[in-house]
Amino acid sequence: MPDERIPFATHADQTVLGADEIILNMGPQHPSTHGVLRVKLRLDGEKVIGSECVIGYLHRGVEKIAEHRTYTQFAPYVDRMDYVAAVSNGLGYCEAVEKLLGAEAPPRARVIRTILTELQRIASHLFWLGTHALDIGALTPLFYCLREREEILKIFEKFCGARLTTHAFRIGGLQYEAYDELEKDVERFCTPFDKRVDEYESLLTENRIWVGRTKGIGILTAKEAIDYGASGPVLRASGVKWDIRKAMPYAAYDQYKFEIPTGKNGDTYDRYIVRMEEMRQSRLICLQAIENIPAGPIMGKVGKVLKPPPGEVYHAIEAPKGELGYYIISDGTTQPYRVRIRPPSLINLEAFDKMIRGHLVADVVAIIGTLDIVLGEVDR
Amino acid sequence: MLMNVLHFVISIWVPLVCAVIIVAVLPLVAGYIVLMERKVMADMQARLGPMRVGPHGLLQPIADAVKLLIKEDIIPDDADKLIFWFAPLISVTAAMLAMSALAIGPWFQIAELNIGLLFIVGISALGIFGIVLGGWSSNSHYSLLGALRSAAQLVSYETAAGMAIVGGLLLAGTLSTREIIEAQNDYGVWFAFAAPVGFFIYIVASIAETNRAPFDLPEAESELVAGYMTEYSGFRWALYFLAEYTNMVVVASIATTLFLGGWLRPFAGTPAFNFLDFFPSLLMLVIGAYCFYRAPKQPVKVQSLFMIAVGLLIILAAIILAVPLIPAVGTMLPGLKPGLHGAFWFLLKAGLYIYLFMWLRFTFPRYRFDQLMRLGWQFLIPLSIVNVMGIGLALVLHRHWGWGHLQAFGLTTLLTLAAAGYLGWAGEKKDKEHVFVGEA
Repeated sequence: MPDERIPFATHADQTVLGADEIILNMGPQHPSTHGVLRVKLRLDGEKVIGSECVIGYLHRGVEKIAEHRTYTQFAPYVDRMDYVAAVSNGLGYCEAVEKLLGAEAPPRARVIRTILTELQRIASHLFWLGTHALDIGALTPLFYCLREREEILKIFEKFCGARLTTHAFRIGGLQYEAYDELEKDVERFCTPFDKRVDEYESLLTENRIWVGRTKGIGILTAKEAIDYGASGPVLRASGVKWDIRKAMPYAAYDQYKFEIPTGKNGDTYDRYIVRMEEMRQSRLICLQAIENIPAGPIMGKVGKVLKPPPGEVYHAIEAPKGELGYYIISDGTTQPYRVRIRPPSLINLEAFDKMIRGHLVADVVAIIGTLDIVLGEVDR
Repeated sequence: MLMNVLHFVISIWVPLVCAVIIVAVLPLVAGYIVLMERKVMADMQARLGPMRVGPHGLLQPIADAVKLLIKEDIIPDDADKLIFWFAPLISVTAAMLAMSALAIGPWFQIAELNIGLLFIVGISALGIFGIVLGGWSSNSHYSLLGALRSAAQLVSYETAAGMAIVGGLLLAGTLSTREIIEAQNDYGVWFAFAAPVGFFIYIVASIAETNRAPFDLPEAESELVAGYMTEYSGFRWALYFLAEYTNMVVVASIATTLFLGGWLRPFAGTPAFNFLDFFPSLLMLVIGAYCFYRAPKQPVKVQSLFMIAVGLLIILAAIILAVPLIPAVGTMLPGLKPGLHGAFWFLLKAGLYIYLFMWLRFTFPRYRFDQLMRLGWQFLIPLSIVNVMGIGLALVLHRHWGWGHLQAFGLTTLLTLAAAGYLGWAGEKKDKEHVFVGEA
């Protein structure tokens, strides 16, 4: 019996050779579904004619937990969503609560936040590049990427003591003053980093096999991308010039000059090129920011006990994976009434079925990789 | 009388000893090729690789083998048990049998067959049955897809590899491995230089034949988990692994025999390069000295001692390789030098060929199945046919029209390269016409 839950199921006589379809279960334990994503594939030979993503294996009820924690207590939880880019998650949450409080972080805190968030974007993209290349069969770039990511994680460790789930920021600013060598460390990392990106590109960008595996795979036109609500590099690779850092500046992004790279065809190759260029742009932002870190306090005027006035707020930031939004309702107590998180990974994953249909099994891993999903964020 | 007895003993016992050596030593060799691969991979990826078991991980293959032997042997409930049990044996038998006709140095050969190369190619192609049957009998979708990919890939690339071999055979005029190498001695150049395009085709096709990256689709770990081996565990899995690495040795040996002059020293016919005779001993000495240099730096005393033992063994090999160079020994036992040094050069060339495999594996992403097929049928097979015709033309020009080797082979190589350029251009044009839109 064909599984009716898979949309647009075709029947045996509609396959090319009139053979039976195969239903292939990829995941939740599979080397390249990036965690615990389960994909049910409907195959005609090796051709994918339908797919369904089964998610929820990593569901921890983060949004529900928020309702039983104070605003401050909940902050570390958001680091566990997109654990590859914990700093960005924290920034979004802190700024959303600040907006709700009507407070603002002082300029020094905002600049340091910007530096760390951009480093986190580089780290996240590096990890994406390594695993994406590994999925497509290139073993070596992963180790080069991790080598550079390690340097970023060391900076995080020096700054706040943690490498992965950092909880680097506090609501209202920063808890700790930046350590003395921060500028030097960031400069030491950023100055040679564009050569490192060139190195990755020399392995992949003009490699015939890489181009063959990514060009024309998983095409998403600009209209489709907008219709699916895609954001981040997935949207920009389709040619839509939309970046929240420019459109609705937060932290200190309005002070710096940077480009928004966009693609043309919206295929896997364009998404690769866009992300590579974003790493170079993030490097430029970091270099601009360390030139002039304003002196002054690091904590804004927020009380010890946070009691925002009743009301609601939506605040979105440009996380490495796309638009990360926090919608918080306050009822005037110390605990949020409701926290709703807009995870970019989940909403980008919606387009998976559209992108994979008609491609081959080998392209499944390429498309999962190019969407840059983190299951912690998809399931929350 | 004495000579007759000696001849009889040699004709019976040498092949037998060689066979025992192959069956007993080849698993070990395969294990150490794995170690070499991990070390090469680590080197290219800015890390160290195995370092724990023995100094620099030198005992890692043995630890792995013991682990695989004592692992639980799991057979899936729904598997076709007899075939599941039998399939890895087919693969490993075929791979080992193919070694029997190879000549590693003028002494070391189990069977001197007049159809040597044909036998090797035919027998090693049987290994595909093990893969297809194993994949089918596992009763798993991943295994089945892996087995089907493997069958299609083998059929396609066996053709191209076969045609590339035909090119070499035309030059040699014989199928016997021994005579092929002697023919290269007569020509004065290795066939890799007389037919570079054929050599290139053989490199590509042999990578595909042994299921190595970038053509490792049957076991693409990021797509099909482990392809046809997904349901195998323990020693049965180890047998597939052994077959894969033995196949690598086989194709490297074929390439060495046919294209790289087999056991011949580089510039074997030129007395000016006779100083290369010292190269084997010197290389071994350098490696041995490096072992001694590393020995005090080992973390544990046992490891230091082991390292010294390894260094001593390598220096012993250096001395053995140096013995035939003593003039008195050379006149007393004239067969000693070609035997020992031939084996050294053969293994060195085969090792470099395997190193090339590894290098490619860590550099390139994986092909997709349709791209693999397109490369095979639209590029390699037509090109290999053109290559055979080109070599035929060169031989006619040389033998009947009196052209020199350089002119004849230079001209035909250029013609073949032109054909390759045309095929590449036409293939690219065709690709552009069939843009994959991504719609069912």
